[in-house]
Amino acid sequence: MGEKMKEVGLYIHIPFCRSKCLYCDFNSYPCREDDAPEYTEALLRELHAYQERYNFVYKTVFIGGGTPTVINCRLIGEIMDKIAPRIKAGAEISMESNPGTVTFDTLKYYRSLGIKRLSIGLQAWQAELLGELGRIHTTEDFLNAYNWARESGFDNINTDLIFALPNQTTDMWKETLDKVVSLGVDHISCYSLILEEGTGLYRLYKEGKLQLPDEELDREMYRIAVDTLGSNGYLQYEISNFARKNMECRHNLVYWRNEEYLGVGAGSHSKLEGKRFWNYKDINRYISLAAEGKLPVEGQEELSADEDMWETIFLALRLNEGLDMAGFNSKYGVDFRTRYGSQLKKLAAQGLVFIESDRLKLTKKGIDLSNSVFVEFA
Amino acid sequence: MAGDRQKHIRNFCIIAHIDHGKSTLADRLIEKTGVISARDMEEQVLDNMALERERGITIKLQSVKLEYTAQDGQEYVLNLIDTPGHVDFTYEVSRSLAACEGAVLVVDATQGIEAQTLANVYLALDNNLELYPVINKIDLPSADPEFVKKEIEDIIGLDASDAALISAKEGLNIEEVLEGIVKYIPHPAGDEDKPLKALIFDSFYDSYKGVIAYIRVVDGVLKPGMNMRMMSNNKEYEVVEAGTLKPWLNPTGLLMAGDVGYVTASIKNVKDVHVGDTITDADNPCKEALPGYRKVTSMVYCGIYPADGADYENLKDALEKLQLNDAALLFEPETSVALGFGFRCGFLGLLHMEIIQERLEREYNLDLVTTAPSVIYHITKTNGEKLEVSNPTNLPVPQEIEYMEEPIVKATIMTPTEYVGAIMELCQNRRGTFRDMQYMEEKRAILNYDLPLNEIIYDFFDALKSRTKGYASFDYELKGYERSDLVKLDILLNTEAVDALSFIVHKDKAYARGRSMAEKLKEVIPRQMFEIPIQAAIGTKIIARETVKALRKDVLAKCYGGDISRKKKLLEKQKEGKRRMRQVGSVELPQEAFMSVLKLDD
Repeated sequence: MGEKMKEVGLYIHIPFCRSKCLYCDFNSYPCREDDAPEYTEALLRELHAYQERYNFVYKTVFIGGGTPTVINCRLIGEIMDKIAPRIKAGAEISMESNPGTVTFDTLKYYRSLGIKRLSIGLQAWQAELLGELGRIHTTEDFLNAYNWARESGFDNINTDLIFALPNQTTDMWKETLDKVVSLGVDHISCYSLILEEGTGLYRLYKEGKLQLPDEELDREMYRIAVDTLGSNGYLQYEISNFARKNMECRHNLVYWRNEEYLGVGAGSHSKLEGKRFWNYKDINRYISLAAEGKLPVEGQEELSADEDMWETIFLALRLNEGLDMAGFNSKYGVDFRTRYGSQLKKLAAQGLVFIESDRLKLTKKGIDLSNSVFVEFA
Repeated sequence: MAGDRQKHIRNFCIIAHIDHGKSTLADRLIEKTGVISARDMEEQVLDNMALERERGITIKLQSVKLEYTAQDGQEYVLNLIDTPGHVDFTYEVSRSLAACEGAVLVVDATQGIEAQTLANVYLALDNNLELYPVINKIDLPSADPEFVKKEIEDIIGLDASDAALISAKEGLNIEEVLEGIVKYIPHPAGDEDKPLKALIFDSFYDSYKGVIAYIRVVDGVLKPGMNMRMMSNNKEYEVVEAGTLKPWLNPTGLLMAGDVGYVTASIKNVKDVHVGDTITDADNPCKEALPGYRKVTSMVYCGIYPADGADYENLKDALEKLQLNDAALLFEPETSVALGFGFRCGFLGLLHMEIIQERLEREYNLDLVTTAPSVIYHITKTNGEKLEVSNPTNLPVPQEIEYMEEPIVKATIMTPTEYVGAIMELCQNRRGTFRDMQYMEEKRAILNYDLPLNEIIYDFFDALKSRTKGYASFDYELKGYERSDLVKLDILLNTEAVDALSFIVHKDKAYARGRSMAEKLKEVIPRQMFEIPIQAAIGTKIIARETVKALRKDVLAKCYGGDISRKKKLLEKQKEGKRRMRQVGSVELPQEAFMSVLKLDD
């Protein structure tokens, strides 16, 4: 203590879920909520250790998962109590949830803890698509969750959507978008389906049992999302994220602006003082280390200036605001346009990037091919 | 006259098919005669390169002097001369055989005689070697030694009644083999008083002693201080050291008629020491060299380029170092528009090529791009000029070519009879000319075909294996050149011809090959930001076309705190993949594209 204050984003991981969705490769464990009290105790220990050692101030808080709403809500209360003294005034405090795991009362309780932003996993409107993804909720569950959240005072609500799903048509996708738009959600994340190795969906795909949209259709759906949401007052501010004015997720901006964050809980990643470190994923291991009074850190990497610059670039380019080249120059003591002159020339000629008000940004084509852009700066 | 000394020498080699147990038997003989204690012995001392051990074959010859007290109570020197066991090294094998009086013929009791065994038997008979049959692996449940004996008698016409029945692996009846060598293999009968005449059967380079030649002294005496002469090129050297092979170098002062050993003479270049050449005394030369010498010729060529242009010098150094011990490896600089600076390399055959590529990659840590293998074509131009072309890029334009000739090999394929039809079809597809077929016994046949070499350097071995479940064996030797209707097939990517992808092919096969090449390239070329037409062309005529569609989506939908390091690794992998690509005009080509012509299954 006594050290000067450090403002960071705080991520808290709750690795429990009711059931595992077929596309999910997150660190989550279905049907293990019984472990939640012990796990929470470990979380509190970990938070305590960091708060003892560093004078952190949390400028954003994000409770993610898993599904934080599947565990007893009092446990979330304990966590909030632990961090409350360190939360900066006016900070964004978000939590993820899934339909079917919340009630009006629990939502009211979360709101009373100071949680202001709620993210609800909808993914798709059509029950048949939800079923294929292994989602357990119904459209009605979603509507209930959404209405209760509004009634209990959440004025910043996000929904997660996925497109390019097996058997999904453009009409289905349009319907999903129209529904959430007409509900008036504040923030929408639209993810093109990623087949991650090790997921149930991946296995089905390998077995040839999945009918997936091709790239053309994937990009068409993406275009539909950008256009539909744009014309309804949602500004695209990141490759997969759209928000009403001033409703961007400030916590996620911490990542994309390559600022510092602390992640606690099993499998969480942190980036602090030029280092990235991450916790053990396994819940039991996480719990037992914390019980021994140890930090559950599994590994860390020291980021070289070059690596850090690369991360700054590819994360910033995900944002519609792009990369602030002057800011980059003063942060790293280099001249961006000189250092990356040949890349800029090549990428601009390919129609993938452009410069606007001293910011480097991806074009529409550049977004579709953003990995090809990012690797040029590696 | 052969003195009493020579009566106690036996010079022999072991002939066997790959896997029939040659190296294991050699190990047992060495162990039994106590040259190297079992404890010190590496699994198979004669196969000393890791690569050889992995592939189970011997590439570089090794020889060893064994000392054995026979049952007659007398001491014998048994010089075991190892031979490489592959078709690419036929000439080296024949020179090793020429250094011997006899050969131990090892046949697998479960497999019987195979094409390669037979090919080497014929080589041995050509060299008037006495054959002593040994039937190995009798410990295996499926062993049928009586059948194999009969096969040896029927096919080779060799009396197999006294064949030793052994298990080299279990060390069973090894003593009997040693006795058999003494009993059945003739002793050398050179004349120590005649002028020196010695056969070089192998050589390698040592950075301290220079070239070390492995020799068999036929007549006369070789000793340090004398001037020796290589009869093929008349180069003369003063002998520095001579000795026997234990298998390490064991200086003995002199070598006499009948002896096998080594000689050093501060020779700087392995190319001056030709396998098969005769060494004589410069001051008292013999009249005639030993028969059978010929210059080794490369049959297969390919371009070898560093994946990273900055490695050009390293590649050159590595090739030079390999060449120190491998006079059969040829290389000269060449440039390719697609691949930059590299080398055109010549090899004895496909296996030799693969071995060199692997050694470059493994021992010298080089990342290589190799072009499809080619053979040497003889071109006669309309103006009467003649040239030899191994790189398709150097082929003159069709209008200037009067005619072309391609190398033809005599191929011997030994197979269980049930696969005869499949093999005939394969050979037919490869433009083979049927010569004859013999049935060895009920179940086996030998097929003789003339085949164009350029048809077997692609994937003939693999095709043969897959059509015969691995039962057929194959051997070939060069027959000569024949006129042939050949064309150059070019590959155009995004309308630009890629020189490193051109190849020479028979006109009748050009369409099919062009089509499958285009299809194959479509598979291996990753999609890029624009559409890439792939065309196969003969001259200006397009004969096949495929398209690599433009990449439409290359984006990570999610990238949050926990994802960053993982996604970064993905991007790094992508970057690394890109780095390994070759920029050819506007197109990025993966390295395997250049070898894809090899894997066209037809």
